[in-house]
Amino acid sequence: MEVLVALMLGVLTTCGVYLVLRPRTFSVVLGLTMLSHAVNLFLFSMGRLHSNAPAVIGAAQQHADPLPQALVLTAIVISFAMTAFVVVLALRSALELRNDHVDGVDKEEEPI
Amino acid sequence: MHLMILPVLIPLFAGALLTLLYGLSMRQQRALSLLSILGQLLVALLLMQQALSGDYFFYQLGNWQPPFGIVLVLDQLSAMMLLLLAGLALFSTLYACVGDDRKGAHFHALIQFQLLGLNGAVLTGDLFNLFVFFEILLIASYALLLHGGGRERSRAGLRYVIMNLVGSAFFLIALGVLYGITGTLNMADMAVKVQQLPAADRPLIHAAAALLLVVFGIKGALLPLLFWLPRAYAAAAAPVAALFAVMTKIGIYAMIRVFYLVFGGEDGIHLSLWQWLWPLALATMVIGAIGALGARSLRGLTAWMVIVSVGTLMAAIAEASIPALASALLYLCHSTLLTATFFLLADLVQRYRPGPRDYFVTGARVRHPVLLGALFFTAAVAFAGLPPLSGFISKVWLLSSVTSFWGYAVFWPLLLASSLVIIVALSRAGSALLWRQSKQEPLQAKAPASATSLVVCLLTLSVLFSVLAQPLMTFATSTATQILTTERYLHAIPLGGGL
Repeated sequence: MEVLVALMLGVLTTCGVYLVLRPRTFSVVLGLTMLSHAVNLFLFSMGRLHSNAPAVIGAAQQHADPLPQALVLTAIVISFAMTAFVVVLALRSALELRNDHVDGVDKEEEPI
Repeated sequence: MHLMILPVLIPLFAGALLTLLYGLSMRQQRALSLLSILGQLLVALLLMQQALSGDYFFYQLGNWQPPFGIVLVLDQLSAMMLLLLAGLALFSTLYACVGDDRKGAHFHALIQFQLLGLNGAVLTGDLFNLFVFFEILLIASYALLLHGGGRERSRAGLRYVIMNLVGSAFFLIALGVLYGITGTLNMADMAVKVQQLPAADRPLIHAAAALLLVVFGIKGALLPLLFWLPRAYAAAAAPVAALFAVMTKIGIYAMIRVFYLVFGGEDGIHLSLWQWLWPLALATMVIGAIGALGARSLRGLTAWMVIVSVGTLMAAIAEASIPALASALLYLCHSTLLTATFFLLADLVQRYRPGPRDYFVTGARVRHPVLLGALFFTAAVAFAGLPPLSGFISKVWLLSSVTSFWGYAVFWPLLLASSLVIIVALSRAGSALLWRQSKQEPLQAKAPASATSLVVCLLTLSVLFSVLAQPLMTFATSTATQILTTERYLHAIPLGGGL
C-alpha cells in the first residue's frame, strides 16, 4: 500500500508541477488542482497508513490518527474554493486581456 | 480575560454584517467598518498594555488544553503587530472613504476579512491555524487586489493568485511532514518534540523547515520569489496597496515566530535556514534597489522600495542576535508605515496630475506644488534614511547592531549602497514629478483635503517615531529578548497531559 500511495503522490505532484509551469491558464489551473490533490493525499497519509483501524486509542492494537483527516477536510474545502475562484479569475482575465497567457511579454501591458 | 479573542471576532462579525446587510448605504458601511477598526485599535492598545509586562498570555479556544486545542498567544511581538495592523488599517480605510471604496462592491467587508486573517495570523500559536489564517487573509487579498477592476488588475491578480496557491500547497506539505514526524501542530509542543527527535528524522525536519522558508519567502518576497510583487502592488488601488504594505511583513513575522520558536533549539536547524536566508536577503535588497532605479512611476518605485525593505529586514533577522532583531523590529514598523505613505502619496500625485499621472514625465505645473513637494520631500527623507526622521534612526541602529565580520564586509556596504540608490531614485522621481514643469497651462485638478491630511498624519507618525525613539528602542529590545529566550515561552505554555 505504501508503494502505491507513494507512486500516486509522485505522479500527481510531477504532473501538477509540470502543468503549473505551462504558459496557458487552463493547464495552470489543472496543474493547481492536481497539486492540491497530491497535497491532500500526502496530508492524509501523514497519519500513517492502516486498514480497518478504529480512530480510538485503546480500542484495538492499532489506531488510526483522526487529526490528519480533519486537516485534509479543511484543506479540501480551501483548495476547492480556491480552484473555483481561480477558474473565474482566469476566465475574466482571458476575456479582458483577450489572451490566456499567464506569462510572457505583453505589449499592451502598462509600464510601472 | 476574553480580550485576546476580540481581534479575531470583531472583524469577523463586522465583515459578516457588512456582507449580510447588503442594503446598507455607503455611509453606514463606512461607519460600521471604521467602528470595527477603532474597536480593534482599542483592543490592540489594551493588549499591548497587558503584554508590556513581559509575560506570555494564552487563550485556549473552547477551553481545550494545548497541544490538543488551538491556543492563541499574546506576547510583545504579537501585540506590536496587532497595533501596527490596526493603525495601518485605520489609515487605509479612511483613505478609501475618500472615494475608492465606491469603485467596486464589498470593499469594507473584504477589508474586515483581511484584518481577520491578519490579526489571527499574528495571534495564533498553532501551525495549522496559522495556515488557515494565512488562507483567509490571502482570499480577502485576492479580491481586494481586483477591487476596482481593469485589465492591469486582472493580469497582476491572476499571477498573484497562482503564485500564492502554489505557496499554500507547499505550506501544507511542510505541515504534513512536521505533523507526520512530531505528531503535533502546536508550535511550542513541536519545539519540544523537535529537540527530542532521533537523528534519523533530522533530514526530514530540515526539509520541512526549508519548505517553510520557501512559503514565507513567497509571502515576504524573498529573491527568487518576488517578481509577482511589483506589478501586483502597483496595480492595486491606493488604499489596498497601503494595506498590502504590511502583507510582506506578515511573511517576515511568520519567519520570526516559527523559525526562532520551533526550530530555534540548540541543535541548530535554524542556523541552516539563516545560511540560506542571509545571502538571499542581501540579493533581494540589491534587486530591489536596481528595480527602484528602473521604475517608471511612483507606484512602481514604491513597490520596489517594499522589496528593498524586506531584504534589509530579512538580512537583519538572519543575524539572529538580540540587537539585530530589535533594530529589525523598529525598521519593520518604520518601513511599513513609510511604504504605505508612499502608496497613498502616489495616489495624491495621480489626483493632482490627471494626464501624466504618477509617471516620471514632465507635466504642467500642479495646483499646490509646495504642499505636494513638502510631503514628497519629507517622506523621501524619512524612507531613504536621512536624519532626522525615523529611517535614519532605524538604519543607524541596524548598522550598529551587526557585529560579525561578514556583517561589516557585506551587509554594511550593501545597505549603504542600496540607501544611496534609493536616494537617487527618489530624487529622480521628485524632480520629474514636481521640479521640472512644462510651459503648459497649470493643472487645476486637486486631491480632496481629507486625502491630503491623511498623508500628513501618516508622516507625522514618522516624525513621532524619531521623537519617541528611546522608548521605542527599549520596547524593541525587550521584545527581541523575549523572542530569543524561547525557554520562557515553553515554560509558560500550559501543555497538558499530551507530553
